[in-house]
Amino acid sequence: MIDTLRLTAYEAARLLRNKEISGAELWEAYRRAIDEGDGELHCFLHVCDDPGGDGLPLAVKDVIGTEGIPTTAGSKILEGYVPVYDSTVVRRAKEGHGLRVLGKTNTDEFAMGSSTENSAFGPTHNPWDLSRVPGGSGGGSAAAVSAGLAPWALGSDTGGSIKQPSALCGNVGLRPTYGTVSRYGVVAFASSLDQVGPVARNVRDCAFLYSVIAGRDEQDSTTVDLPQPVELPEADDVRGLRIGVPKELNEAEGIEPGVAAAVQAAIAKLEELGAEVGECSLPLSVEYGMACYYLISPAEASSNLARYDGVRYGYRADAGERLEMYERTRDQGFGDEPKRRIMVGTYALSAGYYDAYYGQAQKVRTVIKREHDALFETFDALVSPTSPSVAFPLGARTADPIAMYLSDLLTIPSCMAGLPGLNVPCGLSEGLPVGLQLIGPQFAENTLFRIGHALEQAIGFDPVPERLRS
Amino acid sequence: MAIDREQLLHVAHLARLELRDDEIERLEGQLNDILEAVSKVSELDLSDVPPTSHPLEVVNVWGNDEPEPCLSVEEALANAPEREGDFFKVPPGGAA
Repeated sequence: MIDTLRLTAYEAARLLRNKEISGAELWEAYRRAIDEGDGELHCFLHVCDDPGGDGLPLAVKDVIGTEGIPTTAGSKILEGYVPVYDSTVVRRAKEGHGLRVLGKTNTDEFAMGSSTENSAFGPTHNPWDLSRVPGGSGGGSAAAVSAGLAPWALGSDTGGSIKQPSALCGNVGLRPTYGTVSRYGVVAFASSLDQVGPVARNVRDCAFLYSVIAGRDEQDSTTVDLPQPVELPEADDVRGLRIGVPKELNEAEGIEPGVAAAVQAAIAKLEELGAEVGECSLPLSVEYGMACYYLISPAEASSNLARYDGVRYGYRADAGERLEMYERTRDQGFGDEPKRRIMVGTYALSAGYYDAYYGQAQKVRTVIKREHDALFETFDALVSPTSPSVAFPLGARTADPIAMYLSDLLTIPSCMAGLPGLNVPCGLSEGLPVGLQLIGPQFAENTLFRIGHALEQAIGFDPVPERLRS
Repeated sequence: MAIDREQLLHVAHLARLELRDDEIERLEGQLNDILEAVSKVSELDLSDVPPTSHPLEVVNVWGNDEPEPCLSVEEALANAPEREGDFFKVPPGGAA
């Protein structure tokens, strides 16, 4: 009997290698877990048939293109769209390691949101408490991994869409350094920010999946080769590492006391494990990060989403005349959040407003990048809560876009700077997982894996949701 | 800077969005809230700061200018809402 709730990808690979289980048995175990568990969770928008082979199953966020498998980005405007080619990340997973796409996971429409409630196909529920959100936009991938419906998953992160759901579901998620993972074949939201990354039950699995997808891709000219290969973390200590605690990221208004307490306890643990911990400051990044992000990402989105016009793929509304067809298709095909962002972005880029909004936001981005760069002269990594709150109730923030936007207050600044960030579960508050965010300089994923792994060993967090433990 | 209904309809047209009346109502308030929040960027004097359009300094990435295999006509048209022969079919242009 395969216990998908406890099985790590590493262990599953060992069992397959030693022929203790077959590829078909492993696939069947996850399919059964999905059949039994996904009715109440709604992690998957599409579940695949076994393509055969004995590679590990992999859940894939539905913004990531998969040949012959529907890819909707959580939007009605892409309902029925079936890509005719694979994204580079999926091709690498299949060709390099024989991974099998298990299904496509739910997401806020076009990855715009922090709760997965903006999906046109209905929300995903948090496996720790079904009345709460799993975070977003990658709530489907995060919830599937935590509920044992997949050994690991791919997500995508623009301003926190991997890290924040991992925090709310209690697993490990990496937003890689911008440029280390190809965006080819991935539905574009904000191209200067979008990064695909791994979601897993522990840091080692996360590091391994990162090694599968990372590296320069000829099809995406913004990608680069990793300066050093991915190292699977082994050490139980963090001796010699200097870890900064940015005041503004740790004391921001709205951080729940239970979240702050769990993170502070983890920071004390890092000191016990040999790290040199020091306070530091990101005075402008946190204060201006949100405003900067909510100008730049909608601006890029308004341009990227122009392609959904009902001509080449996706939904088309009935209309007798072409302009009417474009406008009606887009009105009926897009949900509220993409429309809001298209409107904000179009306005911010329009004549007369460009300099004051978009141009100024790009300068703020420089300031944010410089503030982070300066800290990495002193520190190897920075630490803070990933999300100000634990998983919040479904519906709690849907009526107020700005309240929803604030869910990403702590993840956004480092995303703007193109830096890698790792979420590691560090405890519970009110019975729900608390995530710790580790931020490193560009290409410092190995450092983050090392710290995350040591912390994971020291804390001994049980990633299986309490209500699912037997 | 507040956005009024006339500007909102202009922006919607630029974005090719046909908004329904109830949406216009809702969006007007929400957009003004969002614009007020993001206007915070104007508090900073950044006249000497260069813009960042991209977090990585990758310049001049060249590809070989050689034909390579690409999608077939059938693949390219596979998801077309409507086609005629080897073409995407759309409604006539009208007087826009």
